[in-house]
Amino acid sequence: MTGGSTTGDDGSKTKGTGVHESRQPWPLWEVFVRSSRGLSHVHAGSLHAPDADMAVRNARDLYTRRNEGVSLWVVPSSAIISSDPDAKGQYFESAQGKDYRHATYYTKSEGVKHL
Amino acid sequence: MASQNEGLHAVLSEEEQAGQTYFDKIIAEDSRIEPRDWMPESYRKTLVRQIGQHAHSEIIGMQPEANWITRAPSLKRKAILMAKVQDEAGHGLYLYSAAETLGTPRDKMTEDLISGKARYSSIFNYPAVTWADMGAIGWMVDGAAICNQVPLCRASYGPYGRAMVRVCKEESFHQRQGFEILLELANGTPEQRAMAQDAVNRWYAPSLMMFGPPDEDSPNSKQSMAWNIKRFSNDELRSRFVGMLVEQVKVLGLELPDDQISFNEDTKQWEHSPLDWDEFKDVLKGRGPCNAQRMERRRSAHEEGAWVREAAAAYADKQAQKAEVA
Repeated sequence: MTGGSTTGDDGSKTKGTGVHESRQPWPLWEVFVRSSRGLSHVHAGSLHAPDADMAVRNARDLYTRRNEGVSLWVVPSSAIISSDPDAKGQYFESAQGKDYRHATYYTKSEGVKHL
Repeated sequence: MASQNEGLHAVLSEEEQAGQTYFDKIIAEDSRIEPRDWMPESYRKTLVRQIGQHAHSEIIGMQPEANWITRAPSLKRKAILMAKVQDEAGHGLYLYSAAETLGTPRDKMTEDLISGKARYSSIFNYPAVTWADMGAIGWMVDGAAICNQVPLCRASYGPYGRAMVRVCKEESFHQRQGFEILLELANGTPEQRAMAQDAVNRWYAPSLMMFGPPDEDSPNSKQSMAWNIKRFSNDELRSRFVGMLVEQVKVLGLELPDDQISFNEDTKQWEHSPLDWDEFKDVLKGRGPCNAQRMERRRSAHEEGAWVREAAAAYADKQAQKAEVA
């Protein structure tokens, strides 16, 4: 909220006529980048592209301009199935209170080598 | 009184109340809000406006520099400038993506920019008249942007913060290449040196104004800070920036066009001459030297590119149909 700054907003608006295209918006794609061999692909961001080929090319230009990756995945955003954000804690609850699943739970072996 | 309160705070449903409680908790913990979380409408609107304006600034910001690509003094400088302009396009796209996660389509944001409904940083309405301006823009304009953007890497909205991390990594190249251009000119012929000083003189005040109006004229900043979107006030960031310029200009062997810069030991802030906020408001309102030109260029680029977007979509449709038949 800093009027006219690169990152702000002054709140005031001017009127004008909109530009309309008949075209449907290009689909949204999620981009995953493998930064080097031996590591997994990690989500880098998203982009719009008309098809998969263009999505991969655009992903190269947008997310790997500085040797950030050796491999790219693009996935239509609509194909991603996620857990319910409204379920909040409950969905991951079963892992809570089960400290015995972590190595740090077992303290009696402290000081014993190679364990 | 009761009715007044209802006007101010619309009655929240049980679900919204739970959402608000969770939102407040996340903000209080200085954790991050993610796209599918519940958030207050005003928080969403503020972010769409701020991120959208930020994205537009990157896209319009390509123009003053692209203007110099064909006239860069060497092949090396040309390649560097092209890489920088390409980065600005990339930054705009990262930011549009972040804004889109809030439910505003990219095409809507583009439409708002072209129709004049959305704003971009007033700095890009100043002309880049000499090659030295490429230096001054990189050093001061990108420098001010970095000052603004580093704290935004910790913005409470996850996708915005992540976009800023990427942007900041790339901006440091922009600032250093600008500094190098000025340093070479400052150590060149007397004419080159004068050109460098002239560019610094012209870009100094506009770059300071990039941080936005003084704190007392920026009433919404408080809310943005309460939401952990902004971390520092406009004046705090501006003061920090002036302090950096004062040291860096010595290395250049040039001068800042302000003889009132001093460090206030009591407030621990750098102080400078008053800025012309009337000019700032004028430029914002569209009366800057290049407003019309920048908007016209953006509009015509969008219109002239329409057939490319349509052709690509038609090709994708056709390929998809072929694949279905096969």
